[in-house]
Amino acid sequence: MCGIVGLIHRGKSSNIGGEMTAMLQALKHRGPDSTGYALYGEPTEGDYIMRLKVAEAEDMAKGRGIHKVIEDRIVEVETILSEHGAKIKSLDAVTEYSLRYVLTHNGDTTKMAAHIEEGEGIEILSMGSGLELIKDLGDAADVAGLYGLNNFNGTHGIGHTRMATESDVDIRSAHPYWAFPYNDVSVVHNGQITNYWLMRREMERKGHRFMSDCDSELLAVYTAHNLSNGMKLEDSLRNSIEEIDGVFTYLVATKNQLGMAKDTMAAKPLVLYESDDLIVMASEEVAIRAILPHEIDTTDPYDEEVRVWQA
Amino acid sequence: MAGISDADLKEMTQEERVKALGMTTEQLTGKSLYIEFDPDADERFTYPWAPEVDFNKRTEIDTDEMDTTEVNNQIRALMAEGYGTIVLKNPRGKHSIGVGILSKLNLIIEGSTGYFGVGLIDGPNVRITGRVGWSCAENMMSGTVIIEKNAGSTFGAALRGGDLVCRGSVGSRTGIDMKGGSIIVGGNTGSLSGFMMQRGRMVFCGDAGKDLGDSMYDGTIYVGGSIQSCGVDAIEAELTDVDKAWLTRKLTQYGLMPDKGVDHFTKIVAGKQLWNYDNLEAHEKKLIL
Repeated sequence: MCGIVGLIHRGKSSNIGGEMTAMLQALKHRGPDSTGYALYGEPTEGDYIMRLKVAEAEDMAKGRGIHKVIEDRIVEVETILSEHGAKIKSLDAVTEYSLRYVLTHNGDTTKMAAHIEEGEGIEILSMGSGLELIKDLGDAADVAGLYGLNNFNGTHGIGHTRMATESDVDIRSAHPYWAFPYNDVSVVHNGQITNYWLMRREMERKGHRFMSDCDSELLAVYTAHNLSNGMKLEDSLRNSIEEIDGVFTYLVATKNQLGMAKDTMAAKPLVLYESDDLIVMASEEVAIRAILPHEIDTTDPYDEEVRVWQA
Repeated sequence: MAGISDADLKEMTQEERVKALGMTTEQLTGKSLYIEFDPDADERFTYPWAPEVDFNKRTEIDTDEMDTTEVNNQIRALMAEGYGTIVLKNPRGKHSIGVGILSKLNLIIEGSTGYFGVGLIDGPNVRITGRVGWSCAENMMSGTVIIEKNAGSTFGAALRGGDLVCRGSVGSRTGIDMKGGSIIVGGNTGSLSGFMMQRGRMVFCGDAGKDLGDSMYDGTIYVGGSIQSCGVDAIEAELTDVDKAWLTRKLTQYGLMPDKGVDHFTKIVAGKQLWNYDNLEAHEKKLIL
């Protein structure tokens, strides 16, 4: 089933971490397996924020050996970073397996990221100047508490609460997804993609990497591929309705945009609230009401509808 | 109902009760006329266990801190006390609010509801001042539901009777599998509205999305604005004086009468090209019809 939320404050920052936690918690009944956030803080020029995980949450129960493995993996990551000339400005170990680096780097970031991911069990969750991607098992309150997201200021973000249907309950298969080679793009999706393997092979032939078997990752790779080839977000969303089969409603965020697309059957729900300074979307109205209790006007986007908002 | 007491009815099985109340007849007249309510029968319109409520007795429930089950139980408890007008405050998009009310009641919901709002009802008059989520008033048997703002998809799914009115716009698949009653919408509707519709009437004062009336068996759809496309076997028919009179009466009743009248409405009905019942055995035919 899955629940998705997205919001964008226009012209100002707000506590999007707290707002999205309230919204995702209200959608917990749509899937409590894992919760993920893609949050866009104030962009910092020249610095990259890299979120990565060096093990799965479930690996932690596999005995004492894992702690040594994690230490080795962190050393490996930091060796690669220095090989590529990246400087670590700060490191925050949120959990034992989940790390947040602030880096300065001038070289080929995509190459460096690909090098890092060669290590077993290491996956970059996000890398960019604004985007921070956080995902873990459990409901929104658990994840927000663990990662300290209840006070995260930013302009926009998207979030997801997952009911696993087509792949495992682990962080690898949790949303949101991010993809090379276009930094700062993230996707959350509610639905099923039926031409996943065809499209995946096509994307793999074009040299893109897939980290999971979750069909939603395709949307992130597809969007990143289009954007890096100079396509506008709106055109990418519109083309996806033609090129991708299945039922879907998905949200895409970039450094300064938030977009939505709905499939030709309008089979998956989305409720939209739009005002001059705030746009909020969620699978169900109950999530919007969690942060906007006063009387507001909300609408359902129609089939094949595509919208893009600027931050 | 002559000869049957409430005590007798309570003893009966559901099937016996339906027959005793004159709600079914076995006769088949024509292709699509399965008669549910015999006009000659001495009918009773309330269930024997329906509470006696007084519309002048009014109360409010603040649903802010309550869950759906608590709200619905509270409505039943208040009806048992004789309250005939119940106002729900702060519903905040809760799902399944006010479902399964089978007696007369004035229900006013001040705010927006989530999925399946006031579904499975038989009799109450409901007014919702906000927006409703998916499948509002699904399977409604009778009564009126009026929504002041927009509605989600599958609005009035499998509606059996009564009037379901939305002053704003509705989502996709409005009136899917509708079997009777009327859906009246002031604004637009999305794709596949009236999909597999079997009986009843639908009115959209605004525009309709693609595949309107796809695979409809029977029933009538009236559209005031443009139609993106008609679905399989949905065709345009002539708007007769009877149609105009009905539209005028209903739209005036709910304050949705367009300034330019009703002459511009397009009428969509089943083309009957998908009717293949004659290939079936007689007893199967009866089941379908």
